[in-house]
Amino acid sequence: MAHDGTEGSLYPIAVLIDELRNDDVQLRLNSIRKLSTIALALGDERTRSELLPFLTDTLDDDDEVLWALAEQLGDKDFVVLVGGPEYAHTLLPPLESLATVEETVVRDKAVESLRSVAEHHSKAHVEEYFVPMIKRLATGEWFTSRTSACGLFSVVYANCTPSTKQDLRTAFRALCGDDTPMVRRAAAAKLGELAKVMEPENVKQDLMGMFHTLANDEQDSVRLLAVEACAAISSLLSKEDIEQLIIPIINAAAKDKSWRVRYMVADKFSELQKTVGPELTKINLVYAFASLLKDPEAEVRAATSNRLKDFCSSLGEEYRQEAILTQIMPCIQQLATDTNQHVKSALASVIMSLSPIVGKESTIEHLLPLFLIQLKDECPEVRLNIISSLESVNKVIGISQLSQSLLPAIVELAEDTKWRVRLAIIEYIPLLAEQLGVEVFEEKLNNLCMQWLIDNVFAIREAATVNVRNLVEKFGSDWARVSILPKVLNMSQDSNYLHRMTTLFAVNLLVDVCTPDVIRTSMLPVVLKLGQDNVANVKFNVAKTLTKIAKRVDVSAVKSEIIPVMEKLAADTDPDVKYFATEALSEARALVK
Amino acid sequence: MPRKGEKKEEIKTKPPPPAGGSPPPNGPKKEAIDGLPPNPHSPSALASQPQVVPRMHVTPASSYSNVAGRIPVGSPSIRRDNRNQGSSHFNVSAKRDLQKLPLLKDAPPNGREELFIQKLRQCCVIFDFNMDPLSDLKDKEVKRAALNELMEYITTQRGVITDSIYPEAIQLFAVNAFRTLPPNSNPSGAEFDPEEDEPTLETSWPHLQIVYEFFLHFLEAQDFQPNTAKKFIDQKFVVQLLELFDSEDPRERDLLKTTLHRIYGKFLGLRVHIRKQISNIFYRFIYETERHNGVAELLEILGSIINGFALPLKDEHKTFLLRVLIPLHKVKSLSCYHPQLAYCVVQFLEKDPSLTEPVVTGLLKYWPKVHSPKEVMFLNELEEILDVMEPVEFNKVMQHLCTQIARCISSTHFQVSERALYYWSNDYIMSLVSENCEVLFPIILPALYKHSKSHWNKTIHGLIYNALKIFMDMNQKLFDECNAKYKESLEMQEKQHERRLEVWSKIESLALQNPQIFKVPHFRATLGVLNERPPTDSQERVVPESFLPPDLTDKSADSSSPDILKKPRHLMRRKSGLPHDFETAQAIHSYQAAELPSATPLSSNEDSNLSAQ
Repeated sequence: MAHDGTEGSLYPIAVLIDELRNDDVQLRLNSIRKLSTIALALGDERTRSELLPFLTDTLDDDDEVLWALAEQLGDKDFVVLVGGPEYAHTLLPPLESLATVEETVVRDKAVESLRSVAEHHSKAHVEEYFVPMIKRLATGEWFTSRTSACGLFSVVYANCTPSTKQDLRTAFRALCGDDTPMVRRAAAAKLGELAKVMEPENVKQDLMGMFHTLANDEQDSVRLLAVEACAAISSLLSKEDIEQLIIPIINAAAKDKSWRVRYMVADKFSELQKTVGPELTKINLVYAFASLLKDPEAEVRAATSNRLKDFCSSLGEEYRQEAILTQIMPCIQQLATDTNQHVKSALASVIMSLSPIVGKESTIEHLLPLFLIQLKDECPEVRLNIISSLESVNKVIGISQLSQSLLPAIVELAEDTKWRVRLAIIEYIPLLAEQLGVEVFEEKLNNLCMQWLIDNVFAIREAATVNVRNLVEKFGSDWARVSILPKVLNMSQDSNYLHRMTTLFAVNLLVDVCTPDVIRTSMLPVVLKLGQDNVANVKFNVAKTLTKIAKRVDVSAVKSEIIPVMEKLAADTDPDVKYFATEALSEARALVK
Repeated sequence: MPRKGEKKEEIKTKPPPPAGGSPPPNGPKKEAIDGLPPNPHSPSALASQPQVVPRMHVTPASSYSNVAGRIPVGSPSIRRDNRNQGSSHFNVSAKRDLQKLPLLKDAPPNGREELFIQKLRQCCVIFDFNMDPLSDLKDKEVKRAALNELMEYITTQRGVITDSIYPEAIQLFAVNAFRTLPPNSNPSGAEFDPEEDEPTLETSWPHLQIVYEFFLHFLEAQDFQPNTAKKFIDQKFVVQLLELFDSEDPRERDLLKTTLHRIYGKFLGLRVHIRKQISNIFYRFIYETERHNGVAELLEILGSIINGFALPLKDEHKTFLLRVLIPLHKVKSLSCYHPQLAYCVVQFLEKDPSLTEPVVTGLLKYWPKVHSPKEVMFLNELEEILDVMEPVEFNKVMQHLCTQIARCISSTHFQVSERALYYWSNDYIMSLVSENCEVLFPIILPALYKHSKSHWNKTIHGLIYNALKIFMDMNQKLFDECNAKYKESLEMQEKQHERRLEVWSKIESLALQNPQIFKVPHFRATLGVLNERPPTDSQERVVPESFLPPDLTDKSADSSSPDILKKPRHLMRRKSGLPHDFETAQAIHSYQAAELPSATPLSSNEDSNLSAQ
């Protein structure tokens, strides 16, 4: 290190220069992160006159270091270190040069920092420093600076004089027609943001022109970004203007030859629909939506299907039924038997939620057959999606209409070879049980629930015990004693210790939802008996389970039955059993006292 | 460097005449396709090996989301159910029943042109191969036969390409080939593995292939007049053609490559535009999406273009090297196109050695930090560059360069370390080092000392032993001096670190005296926690008593090292035996890669041509 740190001659910038010369990136990075310390040590005046010019002129480092610098300079408090808002403009030169580097993340960070620095600028300083900088960037030779410029217009536009505003609009228009697609993409991405701060009359006169250019660009990557700006712009226009200026663009985009543009329309459809309003939607957008549902590209169909519910529920009430039944329903019918499983599965996840919208009769007439088709679909995901949204249909037509087809589908999913599918269906069993009622459940599903308890995947057994608990919560303790407990407790005699453990896990959870009486008479004896098991894992789980039981039964039982078993376990030879039994014992004894 | 001259020679050689024997059914196609002799240094030779050909990337839809969150993450990432059935969605023609027309050779001479046009128009009917492959089978066959006949007709007949044929033939190509590519069928993001995933083949290939081949023969025909064609093959045409390079089908990209190459060769007025559009594709690839299937093919064409640049190089070309080719090194899928890229870079340096410094600086800037296979690629490329580097240029960059080499030697990934140490078996590099050993020994030796015994991989010990021996033979006295200084510097490091801490704490105390500190509480909080020790290697260093593995007499080390040095120099990571799918493999094998022809049509009069028009 070239600098002796004798008190008077210590020169922080020299230290920084020295540090930044180090080979180790990590070290350089640390130094840059300490920029605030250096600035504080220098004081605001020297920070302005020495540190910032140094950073502007000399910094050429790893992108990582540059990124850290851009972040530091944009910190909301760094303005204080240069002497407060009236000097905020001194931060612009280093950030301006960072905004022109090649690496996107550095540039983006620099732009972000510039945007936050812009807030500290007075109107006069915006005119004097910020706008000229935007103009320099916007006419930069290399595309990187022009791309960065696009993101800066909207933050200062509102604070400018009319003539400067005019200049900014001209500059932005030039960027929209730039030679490089990268710049046009950046402009398209920022168009909506700029529209929001612009005066309505200029939006209509000036910005619409730019928007048209971008929406008709030769590159699909530009056109699709224009679609995104569509919603923001149309929220600023009157109904007539939307009809004349925006609707044709949406319609053209929905028929674009590039599937990416159509995908974007599908994806943004709800927002577009919202800004356009129900009336114009009726005349203009229902058709476009229907055609997207029939798109040749599966990605587009899937994206559109995902928007079905939002689209239908936002239609104006007076024409909703008719529009859905005449224009949308035929498309849905085709989608239900689509060749692509992702499309079908996207449809399956929303189709049920249409039934409250169309009402009981139409649901029975049109949607029910589709539910049934999808319930029999070859792809488990489709069936699962249908079953998982049963609730909304149940409210409209009741589940009985479906139970005929529903049960075979559930049974099949319950035995699916993929354990994740089995797991998913288990999670819906309590919901189904509620809707089917106790009787149907007993008859059709109870066996399944028991079967899952002896599944060979632990995650399924675990979920099955939780499921049993939830069922008992719904159907009550008595039902548990009659229908569930005999089978669960019977597993305690199984030769496989994993099944014996499952009994314990189930009891562990059921204790919370059963009455003390049931616990004492049915469960406790079984658990106590398992205390004599010859597998250590079973034994220490007995200790854990007994602790829970002890809290739910009366003290006499704890004293006479539980504590003796625990004591016996505490004297076990296995260290784990011993440990858990001792823990359990101390808790049980505390209860007795 | 005998390779230097040779390489140029090989690229510029005209393709040998096609092997004798009767032309296969597809006829003259072979002529264009059996190109250069296999040349290990030429990227086109690499591309003709099927296992290297497949490169593919990921759905553009999700790539947009990578950039700016255009499409929400989690939007359907659709994988096609039947992966090899992916096809572009052509706008299938409404009217698809084709009438078989009489053969051209049976037509009376004065009716041939009209029949030719009729057939060209007939072939503009587009069929569906995707949704229902078995539809319109008879009509598809009519089109296929017609396309084959057309191709034969323009290759065997003279004077058939009349003025009225141009719009029709070019229209035929445009209608059939220009289309929006389907979503990529391969997984996106982290799941994507260029070496494992299979390319999706174009289902309409039975027609598309003949369309491409017809068009190629059209462009290559003797009667072909670029001046007449340029009305139809214009800038827009080129843009659409370039968009197709993102196709997932390696066979299509291969034909596109040849097609674009021909157009570049014949249409002088389009050259600037083509280069500009290729740059735009690369910018997008580098800075926005990181996804493109055809980068290797485009680079291959560029390799041939660069080869033809006239000297002195124009600024535009230099900018292209530094702003496009060098940044291409940082994209994560570098392995898909690295040989082609390295070839382009070396081409530039052979043309203009003064570019060495910026190129090497650029490479060092983008040097991979954690991606070891990529680091090995960089080391490969750097050796190629060193091979053509002039001593004057070496002097300019040697310090930074050798610092990086020293770092690579210290890599815990033994392949990186090994690859760097292989430089010691390159005589030219060693001669460059030996001329500058005063400067370079102090940079490189510490890395060698440190790992001479401590690297976990035994192979490295042998290689370091050798490297040290070579250095010792180079300059024994200097070697001993450096040895001594190294010990000293280890102690110095500790002191330096202490001094740094001291200086920083002084700055902090200065900072604390600044009254503004109370206005910026969160900066204040960072004071004092600043000087966490950087992860230098001073902590883990091992100071061996003697740095030289002193057993210079050790037989085992002696006998093992020559073997190591004999290892083949091509250390490129072996690609897995792609593709796995039998049908895909078969389809690719049965397709014979077209070679880029000699660079002669593009060669050095390029710039003079440009100025002439």
